[in-house]
Amino acid sequence: MSVFAAILSSFCLINDHPDVISLQAAAVDGVLSAFRSICGDDGVSLGEAVREQHGKDESFHRCRPPDVVVFPRCVEEVSALAKLCHRHQLPIIPFGTGTGLEGGVGAVKGGVCFSLRNMDQILDLHPEDFDVTVEPGVTRKALNSYLRETGLWFPVDPGADASLCGMAATSASGTNAVRYGTMRENVMNLEVVLADGSIIHTAGKNRRPRKTAAGYNLTNLFVGSEGTLGLITKTTLRLYGVPEEMVSAVCSFSSVQAAVDSTVQILQAGVPIARIEFLDEVMIDACNRFSSLSYPVSPTLFLEFHGSERSLEEQVNTTEGITQSNGGSDFQWARDVETRNRLWKARHDAWYAAQAMRPGCKAYATDVCVPLSRLPQIIVETKEDLIESRLTGHIVGHVGDGNFHCLMVMDPSDQDELHRVHLFTERLARRALAMDGTCTGEHGVGLGKRSLLCEEVGPSAIQVMQSLKDAIDPKNLMNPGKILV
Amino acid sequence: MSGRVLVGVKRVIDYAVKIRVKPDNSGVVTDGVKHSMNPFCEIAVEEAVKLKEKKLIKEVVAVSCGPQQSQETIRTALAMGADRGIHVEVAGKDYETLGPLQVSKIMAALAKKEDAQLLILGKQAIDDDCNQTGQMTAALLDWPQGTFASEVSLDGDKVKVVREIDGGLETIKISTPAVLTADLRLNTPRYATLPNIMKAKKKKIANVKPADLGVDLTSRLEVLKVEEPPQREAGVKVETVEDLVGKLKETGRI
Repeated sequence: MSVFAAILSSFCLINDHPDVISLQAAAVDGVLSAFRSICGDDGVSLGEAVREQHGKDESFHRCRPPDVVVFPRCVEEVSALAKLCHRHQLPIIPFGTGTGLEGGVGAVKGGVCFSLRNMDQILDLHPEDFDVTVEPGVTRKALNSYLRETGLWFPVDPGADASLCGMAATSASGTNAVRYGTMRENVMNLEVVLADGSIIHTAGKNRRPRKTAAGYNLTNLFVGSEGTLGLITKTTLRLYGVPEEMVSAVCSFSSVQAAVDSTVQILQAGVPIARIEFLDEVMIDACNRFSSLSYPVSPTLFLEFHGSERSLEEQVNTTEGITQSNGGSDFQWARDVETRNRLWKARHDAWYAAQAMRPGCKAYATDVCVPLSRLPQIIVETKEDLIESRLTGHIVGHVGDGNFHCLMVMDPSDQDELHRVHLFTERLARRALAMDGTCTGEHGVGLGKRSLLCEEVGPSAIQVMQSLKDAIDPKNLMNPGKILV
Repeated sequence: MSGRVLVGVKRVIDYAVKIRVKPDNSGVVTDGVKHSMNPFCEIAVEEAVKLKEKKLIKEVVAVSCGPQQSQETIRTALAMGADRGIHVEVAGKDYETLGPLQVSKIMAALAKKEDAQLLILGKQAIDDDCNQTGQMTAALLDWPQGTFASEVSLDGDKVKVVREIDGGLETIKISTPAVLTADLRLNTPRYATLPNIMKAKKKKIANVKPADLGVDLTSRLEVLKVEEPPQREAGVKVETVEDLVGKLKETGRI
């Protein structure tokens, strides 16, 4: 489905074939008592409100509720439920926290949503080895709270308080990736239940060596598979030491070019910067209003440095030298934890700040990523395109990774605006692809970017992806309609 | 002024754990359950360490009363910046019946022994929610108290405390030595970092017995029964507004 159809379908109804629905409804009815005998009476819900809650995420994609929601309590229950679904040809949709941004949990063919939130144990923490294993109900904030007395943390921070297994499934990233990497670099092992109920451990049961050369890299096959290959029921994560000191700063520039050039130079200078976020003047204006701040309304960099006191001094001096040579303002500092939290909350609230600028409108975030050297060009061209297309777009992004988001706010009843957003988004994705980049840096493919994925990896690679999918899930029960067309 | 601050830290069941009542209703399940420093005690430690960083006081001493495992809680305080610890050994039946009265007698004895300028405690523990230890200790010592503190500032031999009260905020000025209890908004506690945890291993923790302080641990309270709160009942759907009003009247709600 093209991006346009995906956007359009969120605002009007697309009917599924009635015969398919009634066949499936009958199948679902038949298995309900079997489901209940596995996860208990209150582990199975047909309630409309519960199904709707499990049919949507934080994207604009309309709600596509499953036929039933089940709440397994352990991997054995997940496996038994999956076996039943497999026997009765029922789609299986894994659900963590519903904080995705690409419509990944929509049950486009109905089926059974596996809400994994009751599996919420933190298992096997090994502080000396810097690893921990968690179940899908554990969110990143819950894990970091659990770890608070150990001196360790899990730094991948996508903003939302997402399920860690969900983050593995979508190959999540965040503001810290420039220093600590994304989920791809930080997932060491996965326990996965396949569509037929078999349970596998991608790196072997309980294994957690820091590196391995053993066999196909199954762990990273499932990372980013968005529930289309299996249900992730455990993930073993790489932990890091909590930074000794942290300091954040805000620096304003007179032009986008100057801000982005600074970013590239900071990284080329080898500064191990922890966060480097770009906000254009439209975004800063929205954040000022929403979070009651008063930053200058111009292209801005939010920076964060981690390290020992001496290391921080060195990092900051080098960075200041670079920003000043690009005409950047004096740094506005945030040293204590309360001020730093407020600063980053304002950044994470960008999504809501953007929507608050046009109440009643829907928001959509683009998510492209290009090699660093192409960043200045793509942001400048994108901003020009926004103006020419008469669209409301705020640019915010993890420029340290070459990844930025254009938060579009649009009136769902304005067909012309929707059309312009569609064309703009496709142009942006293709602009990124033309610059050797990707159509999705961190949000995933989900429903809306399947055709762009084809353009990005090419038909031969898509064929390999399809073959893998056919081999692992021949009945196409695992989250149908996502990633692959 | 000695420049010494005593901070009481209590080892409690971690706030994120789902509490379960023992089948015999004698208490809650603690075996194999994650424990950590009481959140309000974390805030107390943070405040003391901040005072030392501002060079307003000279030494932070972390105190905990309990079994062997209480030493872990003291180590966390040391990793946050406390200079040394005192572990008051209380185990077995004595630990099960340990409450604010006995702890405040211990704290009072230690405050005198250590010539403390300030004693900072969390306002309450999240397991018993007593909110008594700080107040009792101040009474035993006949020291002023600044409880529910959301802001603390030292000024010579006086302390200005902004207190969170029902009507808003109350500002008082008290002389030292004094007892302060920390409320939620006093500060945001720092995370222990690995280097600091390593350094903390070398800091000293002294072992003390309550008898050495002349404290009698006999409890004057006996727990009769511990029960879970009643299960939430399912709601009732009604068809009309009249039905709704009728039901509300029936159950005495209006």
